[in-house]
Amino acid sequence: MADPMKIRAQVSGDMADIKILMNHPMETGRKKNDNGEWVIASQPHFIQQVTITLNGKAVVDGQFGSSISKNPFLGFKVKGAKVGDELVVTWVDNKGDQRTDKTKLEAKPG
Amino acid sequence: MLNKFALRVIAVLCVLATSLGSMSLNAVTDPEQDRLSFIELYQKKFPDRPLDDYVFGALMLSEDAKQQYDSIMEFPPFSPAIEAGKAQWEKPFKNGKSFAECFPNDGKLTAGNYPQYDEKLGKVVTFEMSINQCLVANDETPLKISDMKSMGVLMSYARTLSDGMKMNIKVDSPAALEKFEAGKKAFFMRRGQLNFACASCHMQNAGNILRTEILSPTVGQATHWPVFRGGDNLNTIQARYKRCLEQIRAEPLEQGGEEFNNLEYFHSYLSNGLPLKASVYRK
Amino acid sequence: MNNFRRLFLSRCAVLGTALVAGVLKPLQALAAEWNKIAFDAKTLPEAMKGAGVQNASDSKDIVIKAPDIAENSAVVPVEVNCKIPGTQIVYLFADKNPQPLIAQFALAEGVEPYISTRIKMGDTGNIRVVVQAGGKNYMASKEVKVTIGGCG
Repeated sequence: MADPMKIRAQVSGDMADIKILMNHPMETGRKKNDNGEWVIASQPHFIQQVTITLNGKAVVDGQFGSSISKNPFLGFKVKGAKVGDELVVTWVDNKGDQRTDKTKLEAKPG
Repeated sequence: MLNKFALRVIAVLCVLATSLGSMSLNAVTDPEQDRLSFIELYQKKFPDRPLDDYVFGALMLSEDAKQQYDSIMEFPPFSPAIEAGKAQWEKPFKNGKSFAECFPNDGKLTAGNYPQYDEKLGKVVTFEMSINQCLVANDETPLKISDMKSMGVLMSYARTLSDGMKMNIKVDSPAALEKFEAGKKAFFMRRGQLNFACASCHMQNAGNILRTEILSPTVGQATHWPVFRGGDNLNTIQARYKRCLEQIRAEPLEQGGEEFNNLEYFHSYLSNGLPLKASVYRK
Repeated sequence: MNNFRRLFLSRCAVLGTALVAGVLKPLQALAAEWNKIAFDAKTLPEAMKGAGVQNASDSKDIVIKAPDIAENSAVVPVEVNCKIPGTQIVYLFADKNPQPLIAQFALAEGVEPYISTRIKMGDTGNIRVVVQAGGKNYMASKEVKVTIGGCG
């Protein structure tokens, strides 16, 4: 299985602020040739799908192209989420590799 | 391409031709006086910038650039590298001891004391060298200082233990002063095909734009290392020195060698009093 | 049934049979099918057509936070804040990228119309956001300059 994601999921008031850092090379396979044109030089290798659930309920269904930066970052916010809610993040890449990580929402410190 | 670049740069340098010698390299060097002279130079150039901002280098001169830095630093893409460095730092040696035991305070708030002059060895010792001293003292193989995959990754964690520490370089003896002066000389020495010194870009030209890049002032430069350029290209300070020399088409110097060590000694002294921060994003 | 679940389930119906046939892993049945036509498209109009948002109209209620000048074109932070009620899907394009569709995010009810991510840009051009809300498509863009640095 691929390297784990880092997830920071914090609740402040009734808003959950969720930040995810995925571990993936996100290779476009593209390079600029001598004429300055983008050409495919190698196999693209990138996350295509990201599905996120909160307490089993789908919250975000994301699709990526290879132009998302290496080690993809995703931030979003959910209203009404509570400390202790379980967040599950799954990604699948174009080679069929996948990774699932989960965490429980914490109270925002300070 | 080189010619065009060189021509534009020479145009800039012509302005510098006489001004490079404005900080005297006379017989009696006073490190504190040098540090204060550098600060005075920059504060005239950037009167609105508090000294604490200098740790951000060129970023302090562009709100747009600083915002990108802040955004990326909220959750840096190089976090996995720092974690690998942490694992390296914590892994016990064959004899059961670990890096933390080689340093006061378990290695916390210690990086700001380096480089330091070692009276016994008669030379400047950098933090990387002290890591290797620790390894050798514990019968382990020293790391190659220029190897970012081993020494670099270890630094990416080890130096975070000193986050917030004020740079604290000491020049406490005539022998230490000699090394400081050697580092200062290295800073002002013109080199390579483009005949640049560090001072050419980072003194009078600090704040100017050279080929779309804002040139950073020397004060503050030594505080934020290692950097992850573009988020994943790990550079310790001497790896960056090496890259700078490549860019001015100068002969490479050895990372961990005397000239770079003396330069880092002088260079770090100029940032005395400014807070360290390790493993930061740069473009 | 809201649009988000409809999006999920319409794909599920198709993928469900594939799942029964043992062709797909159970995980993939949950996700909507990756929009290959849109992501592979090499021009902005084709990418927008592939995503089904070619009829998007300009809106001032989409706020894009992105740099004026990208420090590093491989890591350009982008934040989207949308004030349109009922935001269901956020599409992100970079007009001048060799494949302009960067990403799309279907957001369930209760999820703020806000997305933050980092993208690679090939050249100076617009970052474009299209938002699908209440069956309509809204759009905004911001130019980001990409320079070729000299001292890096």
